[in-house]
Amino acid sequence: MAITIAPQYNVAGGRQKILEVSQLGCVRGDRRLFRGINFAASPGTYIQLTGPNGSGKTSLLRILCGLLAPAEGEVKWNGANIRTLAEEYFTAVTYLGHRHGVKDELTAVENLRISNALNGLEISKERARSVLQQMGLAGRELLPARLLSEGQRRRLALARLLVCNTRLWLLDEVLTSLDKGAVALVRSLIENHLAGGGIALVATHQELELSAGLTKRLELTT
Amino acid sequence: MLRWIVWRDLMLAWRRRADMLSTVFFFVIVVSLFPLGIGPETQLLRTIAPGVVWVAALLASMLSLGRVFSNDYHDGTLEQLLLTPQPLFLVVLGKTLAHWIVAEVPLVLVAPLVGVQFDLSRETLWLLFASLLIGTPVLSLIGSIGAALTLGLRGGGVLISILVLPLYIPALIFGAGAVEASIMGTSPAPHMSLLGAFAIVSLLFSPWAAAAALRISLE
Repeated sequence: MAITIAPQYNVAGGRQKILEVSQLGCVRGDRRLFRGINFAASPGTYIQLTGPNGSGKTSLLRILCGLLAPAEGEVKWNGANIRTLAEEYFTAVTYLGHRHGVKDELTAVENLRISNALNGLEISKERARSVLQQMGLAGRELLPARLLSEGQRRRLALARLLVCNTRLWLLDEVLTSLDKGAVALVRSLIENHLAGGGIALVATHQELELSAGLTKRLELTT
Repeated sequence: MLRWIVWRDLMLAWRRRADMLSTVFFFVIVVSLFPLGIGPETQLLRTIAPGVVWVAALLASMLSLGRVFSNDYHDGTLEQLLLTPQPLFLVVLGKTLAHWIVAEVPLVLVAPLVGVQFDLSRETLWLLFASLLIGTPVLSLIGSIGAALTLGLRGGGVLISILVLPLYIPALIFGAGAVEASIMGTSPAPHMSLLGAFAIVSLLFSPWAAAAALRISLE
């Protein structure tokens, strides 16, 4: 299967590359998803990952966050391979998969507090409430997550982005089932993140049209 | 860190109490079937009691083991746990501890009560309690390896039993052996020491093995 990568760099990167991906290849089962992926990102870069269904967007994000070992090639964070950094690398990354990572039995506040505490950030109930209000979940803070709609659960998962202080965001199809207001919210979250020197890699079919940071495009083909 | 995982799992278990109760009821019913089936032959009942209670405890923990990681796996929270900045074996240890509290401690507590049906003396009932208290952590610890290995597989429940039950044999032999020794009037200490040693060994290596298995299962 031929794979072509068509990156369109808006700005030539002259700044320090803290995320470097070289010759990355992925094989799932006996199917090759992609090979020879190269790109680098400096602080303030937004990378939009596109491609048809089954082209390996999720697999690429799972390799980048360290859940999946690449078949070939390597991912470097500040010059060190992420496979050797392991837990140290996880302090710098937030990954949101297309499964929300929201526990149905817990309330919105509990979900947010626990997922942050497990990442080493203990937040108070009041802080959790105000974050949820910012995400448009006012009045739903004490409801079990199973009573929330799909879009609200997605907002709850995204609320973590307001609390975490990680450098690299890997977001997999986070815009699905979000309304216009929530998409605008995600856009401003990402813009703030980029302005603060963060990097965001988002697999999505929707254009986010950011006003800040530099946008790169990475297209996977089958 | 560890306390957040344990607290989280305990709260989740509390919100799904039915799961926890079904394990205990299964244990009580299986143990009670033997005296009902055999009839009032006290000598025979006393002889089989240690084995029956211990085997029932092994089978009951099979029911709950499948849930240790699979609920978190299906809603994506397990991925998030793998990406937290602490060693994965600590996460596994926390979840195993929560499983022991939720699924095994109730069995340990009711065992002396159901043991009464087998005409056991007071000392023997205490010993049954003690042997299960030391032995059940082994069930959670070794079981977590099986649960991690069979994650996301179809028919995982049966597969866990096939993988894990053979590994429980030492715990079964020493645990039931200790109770049997007490019935025979000999010292249960050697059995209990070996059971304790087995528990320590599984505490030392199970979390690492289960963590490695989880990484493989989630690839």
